[in-house]
Amino acid sequence: MIGYILRRLFALVATLLMAALVIFLVLEVLPGDPAAVTLGLNASPEALAALHAEMGLDKPAPLRFLLWLGGMATGDLGESYTYRVPVAQLIGERMAVTLPLAVLAILLAVAIGMPLGVVAASRHGKAVDAGVMAFAQAGLAIPNFWFGLLLVLVFAVGLGWLPANGFPGWQAGLGVALKSLAMPALALALPQAAIIARVTRSAMLDTLQEDFVRTARAKGLSESTTMRRHALRNALIPVVTILGLQFSVLIAGAIIIENVFALPGLGRLVFQAIAQHDLIVVKDLVMLFAGLAILINFAVELLYGLIDPRLRQA
Amino acid sequence: MTTRRDLLAGAGLAALAAQLPMAALAQAKDSVTISMTLEPPTLDPTSGAAQAIREVTLQNIFEGLVKMDRTGKIQPCLAQSWEIAPDNVTHTFKLRTGVTFHDGTPFTAEQVKFSFERAVAADSTNAQKQLFTPIAEIAAPDPATVVIKLKQPTANFIYGLSWGDAVIVAPQSAANNKTNPVGTGPFKFVRWNRGDRLEFARNDAYWGEKPALAKATFRFLSDPQAQVAALQAGDVDANTNLSAPEAVAQLKSDPKLKVTIGKTEGETVLGTNNAKAPFDKLKVRQAIAHALDRKTIALGVYGFDVTLIGSHFSPLHPAYVDLTGTYPYDPAKAKALLAEAGFPNGFSCTLKLPPPSYARRAGEIVAAMLGQVGITVSIEPLEFPQWLERVFRNKDYDLSIIAHTEPLDIDIYARDQYYFQYRNPEFKTLIAKISGTLDETARNELYKQAQQMLARDAVNGFLFILPKITVAKANLDGMWTDWPLPVTPLAELRWR
Repeated sequence: MIGYILRRLFALVATLLMAALVIFLVLEVLPGDPAAVTLGLNASPEALAALHAEMGLDKPAPLRFLLWLGGMATGDLGESYTYRVPVAQLIGERMAVTLPLAVLAILLAVAIGMPLGVVAASRHGKAVDAGVMAFAQAGLAIPNFWFGLLLVLVFAVGLGWLPANGFPGWQAGLGVALKSLAMPALALALPQAAIIARVTRSAMLDTLQEDFVRTARAKGLSESTTMRRHALRNALIPVVTILGLQFSVLIAGAIIIENVFALPGLGRLVFQAIAQHDLIVVKDLVMLFAGLAILINFAVELLYGLIDPRLRQA
Repeated sequence: MTTRRDLLAGAGLAALAAQLPMAALAQAKDSVTISMTLEPPTLDPTSGAAQAIREVTLQNIFEGLVKMDRTGKIQPCLAQSWEIAPDNVTHTFKLRTGVTFHDGTPFTAEQVKFSFERAVAADSTNAQKQLFTPIAEIAAPDPATVVIKLKQPTANFIYGLSWGDAVIVAPQSAANNKTNPVGTGPFKFVRWNRGDRLEFARNDAYWGEKPALAKATFRFLSDPQAQVAALQAGDVDANTNLSAPEAVAQLKSDPKLKVTIGKTEGETVLGTNNAKAPFDKLKVRQAIAHALDRKTIALGVYGFDVTLIGSHFSPLHPAYVDLTGTYPYDPAKAKALLAEAGFPNGFSCTLKLPPPSYARRAGEIVAAMLGQVGITVSIEPLEFPQWLERVFRNKDYDLSIIAHTEPLDIDIYARDQYYFQYRNPEFKTLIAKISGTLDETARNELYKQAQQMLARDAVNGFLFILPKITVAKANLDGMWTDWPLPVTPLAELRWR
């Protein structure tokens, strides 16, 4: 077990180092000068040189790479070229929006998708089943930004119940903040709910064929207990796998939804940073996303053990 | 059948509806929420060129010795008055007294000296350093007087002092202005939720007329549809310059909103590499000018009429002359000129486009129009940093489209290293003469000659002036219609 964890950790560090090298090299060959972006069309050469020195861009590339790695190892992510504040602070601020948004979306997706999948499987072949499958098709086919715009039209422009976009910050109060996250979370959750409904349904259908389900029914357990304790629990493994995959997608991939709803999250930060050539922020965020994806996969593997005791022994 | 629950819900809604207008009115009295497209990267206008920095801070947080009013005229601000000595280089400014910075520091001549010396220092990262290079020496004989001696007569020196790059900052707070700006203006900084909003509060110790509003919030909505939705939902009270021109008709039909289309200093040009064949031939550039139907281009980009230009000058300036008729739209003439220049079958070239949607949309139309006279254009979209590197710095381009938004920037054509690579000694002499001509009437006459020279030489394809599309709630007064300088003075806003 310890050997296994050590091997995993070694692979984790190696992957991160590779990612660091690749992202540094790619951004290095990309044309563009962050100082020129800051100072605009009228900048004098002296002002540009002064800003280069201020940003540390006057040092040779290998030295900058090592400084960056060393900084990350000691927790110093550098200073944003555009905002001129520590990158760690920026990421922290944005995380406070993206993380709750992703969690909210996942919770909504599970709350909508799982019951639908279970109901569809237990009424296999009936109208309810067809209805759920139709919902799942639609949920996957509708682009989430379009669904988001639709929500805005109905609930913000039409009814005026929710703010159309933006995020007032957690200091404005929990209720106000959650209100601004409601529509984006729902828009993000819809396709996820569709995926979860489909995966739950097919996993349930598979387990319902199993002998132990027939045995459970034969020994007189009620249909709901059979479903909950025997069928659903065994059907959870593929669902959890999907959840793990989707969570990293949600964190890194909320770019479009965060733009539609003008949310100050990580996705919007990385989009802005690329457009403004804020390379240090791009580098740090790519590393963060790579690290997160690896960690979430690791956590999913641990979850398998919790769900299926047989995997704990292996 | 109506159930009891429906009835209750209905009653609740009615009660809510009755409360809403009152609540909205009470709230609307002394605060305003304004949306804009781009977020300022920092809040220090002396260390970056981003227009968004000026839009939020200039005339709100920070002030200069002079300020520009909404008609483009220079007005006294921190300087009550000034005079230029007969030597044409010595400027004496009488400063306002009793002014304090937001942190309580009194404003004196020392801070003026500090601010300008900081702007010309070797390690200065001021984006408009050239504004200050004419300064030979600054003296502060007493706390309310500043004497600035220039190296040579510089006509637009005072004009430049109204820009964000020339605001007065205090030595102890200057280093932190990027994140915690401290100025002398009618509003002070409260909070910045990066990526979302910026909050200001009225400066109750302000030296001038007290602003009507106690609180102001700027919100940053980069998505055009998000801007429209926030206006329609009533979440924001105004938008400084809407980036969804296609929504203008829809918003105009909303009685709760008012929409104005104003002018800016943003000359949008088909930038042409004058040093590269075949664009070094005057006839080729004239052919391009004849091939462009500006009215159709502008209409295609915006869907409504905007101001067209025939040279590099904004109609907001009194010296403006309409030169749109210099080379009128005439494809047949364009073809003939191309043949005379030695290209009877036309030629191929690239058009490198930066990200703004006006550039991308105009680019498609320009390419089609040039195609009709035999010039095959391949479009190459670029991100802004790449555009700056390849087009602006390395001049590795044939054609490009961008708006030049700095006010009164016709002198860029006199710079040899500028990406148009115009390099006309006659024009340079003219610009030098303008700079040395302090008499306004004579100077405006020279500006007219400069505009005519650029138009005649067809240096660039001159297209249109970027419009300012201002949307505001119908009962909010005071938003600027035109942008002689991109600012949104909050002190001029009030609710009716």
